[in-house]
Amino acid sequence: MATRVGPETSHEALGLSPDDLLAMYRFILSARLCDEAAFRLNRQGKAPFVVPVSGHEGCQVGTAYALQPGSDIWLPYYRDLAVVLVAGFTPKDIFLGLFAKADDPSSGGRQMPSHWGSRRLGIMSHSSPIATQIPHAAGIAYAAKYRGEKTVAACWFGEGATSEGDWHEGLNFSGIHKLPVVYVCENNHYAISVTQAQQMAIENVADRAAAYGFPGVVVDGSDTLACYAAMKHAVERARAGEGPTLIEAKTYRFFPHTSDDDDRSYRSREEVEEAKHRDPLLVFGRYLTEHAIADAGTLDAMEAEQRAEIDRQIDEAWSAPDPDPRTLEDRLYAGGGE
Amino acid sequence: MTEKNVVTAIHDALHDEMAADDRIVVLGQDIGVRGGVFRITQGFIDEFGDRRVIDTPLAESMIVGLALGMSLHGLLPVAEIEFADFIHPAFDQIVSEVARMRYRTNGDFGLPMVIRVPWGGGIHGALYHSQSIEAFYAHVPGLKVVAPSTPADAAGLLRSAIRDPDPVLFLEHKKTYRLVKGEVPDEPFTVPIGNADVKREGEDLTVVAYGLMLHQCLDAASRLEEETGMHAEVIDVRTISPLDKQTILDSVRKTGKAMVVYEDNRTYGAGAEIVATIAEEAMFDLDGPLLRIGGPDVPAMGFAASLEHAFMPDTDRIYQRMLELARF
Repeated sequence: MATRVGPETSHEALGLSPDDLLAMYRFILSARLCDEAAFRLNRQGKAPFVVPVSGHEGCQVGTAYALQPGSDIWLPYYRDLAVVLVAGFTPKDIFLGLFAKADDPSSGGRQMPSHWGSRRLGIMSHSSPIATQIPHAAGIAYAAKYRGEKTVAACWFGEGATSEGDWHEGLNFSGIHKLPVVYVCENNHYAISVTQAQQMAIENVADRAAAYGFPGVVVDGSDTLACYAAMKHAVERARAGEGPTLIEAKTYRFFPHTSDDDDRSYRSREEVEEAKHRDPLLVFGRYLTEHAIADAGTLDAMEAEQRAEIDRQIDEAWSAPDPDPRTLEDRLYAGGGE
Repeated sequence: MTEKNVVTAIHDALHDEMAADDRIVVLGQDIGVRGGVFRITQGFIDEFGDRRVIDTPLAESMIVGLALGMSLHGLLPVAEIEFADFIHPAFDQIVSEVARMRYRTNGDFGLPMVIRVPWGGGIHGALYHSQSIEAFYAHVPGLKVVAPSTPADAAGLLRSAIRDPDPVLFLEHKKTYRLVKGEVPDEPFTVPIGNADVKREGEDLTVVAYGLMLHQCLDAASRLEEETGMHAEVIDVRTISPLDKQTILDSVRKTGKAMVVYEDNRTYGAGAEIVATIAEEAMFDLDGPLLRIGGPDVPAMGFAASLEHAFMPDTDRIYQRMLELARF
């Protein structure tokens, strides 16, 4: 059965400097502010579709920060705004996608927002069908091992994804070949409206790892450092040739599934408000102040500065050109279009 | 030149490509010590090792998804689906992922990869070892669908598929594997994807086909010449998508009569697209009705020899329709 990573881990024990902690906090904050801005733009009619991240930022930044940008490979799903920020996306990149602009790095305005991808940053493009990226992660990890690299592939998904055949098939192959891959389940207990109890008969997704012959780890998704600790260990295992790990971060989504969803039909306001007591932004902020990494004034100043910077980047993205309709048939095959 | 059957031609081409480029890996079921159920990868595991010749678990969606991942990270995977009839679990991976990667990333990512698929009937394969699947995939933009009929074309097109920067679904007709023999150049030649081939020249009517049907059509055309002195021009489509419209239309404009023969279910099959193309672009060059011969609209062929025979268009049936059209 899955092991549990406790909350007692300190940043010193994990090898994280105060600068690391501030950088991690900035990513969490930046994701939260991007999310809030995106919903505001949605209400203003400027963004037709928003996939929120709020509530997931702690487990996303905690896990993503343990990877090596530039060499490791990222396979996010649509809720992973904070993951792609750690991987190298700027807020402007996020909003170029939200506004479906020609310079949207993921797809040039072809895909819905939050369908991330960038060859330059090693972020693998994904689609809307769920869990299709799981065998891709296994294939990439196989290729990395075959080529003798130290590259690790990391792959994120929700608990609903674990019901798909591709999920089983990808994890099974990864276990057989002891591949350098880490699977991260962001378990927010709802696949849109379908509850975890309707999705599976078990409490911990991570228990399934036993069936594939590698470790499963359960971690509190609102505890950024606990997520980092679990991921750091998993990445070290993968790099050392010891094979995959399945990490399950218990988390919660504060907003509806998307801007088109109404979560009042399937969960109570009391439940949502209760979950916000474990807001990863607050939990991590408290850690920083309690450990004298930053005081409240510093965090407030960081927020004001981030907010202004994101607003500036939103303006840039908004004024960027739309895709030229004459490019509709371009880039279907190599050599088709510029 | 060496005379080979289709199996040997594909085996040799794949072998030589692998020997020349260690980015190429093959993956699928029973392709290791068994050498593939049709022996395409016979001996590969001994020569290239189990890191390059990967016996996978029994999961078609995973096989295609893995190949996609390998391709994204610098390898050139050649995946094998054991029988075309079993490819359907991989439909989502092929259609939503493989075919769309370049388009959906606005050209940022490309996927050089090949999916080899034995297909077609006439081998007592019944409902689940005989099917034609080309129409499902030829409908999908972003995917190239190749269906060679001869040993030389199979070898040349496989090399092109492996070297292509985009994904290729490579269909190998099972009945042709050991039945059809032909001269194959010894050097590593290629046959371009997207080019049809005039396999027999003639001026009285145009016959368009691919796979096993191509050979039935050639036999029927020989009989037509012997018995009536009329000449059918027989075109081997070779690439189903993208279709080489020009070669087909040039021939139809010359002969003024056209028929298409395919063993897939007739309705919405590849032949329907070919006939529609001729109707759209060469209607006023036609001197007779457009004919379409396909399999009946039932779920593939029965196991009983009588049912299989009733399903497959045979040389005699093709000859009768050819004669009818030639005399029109």
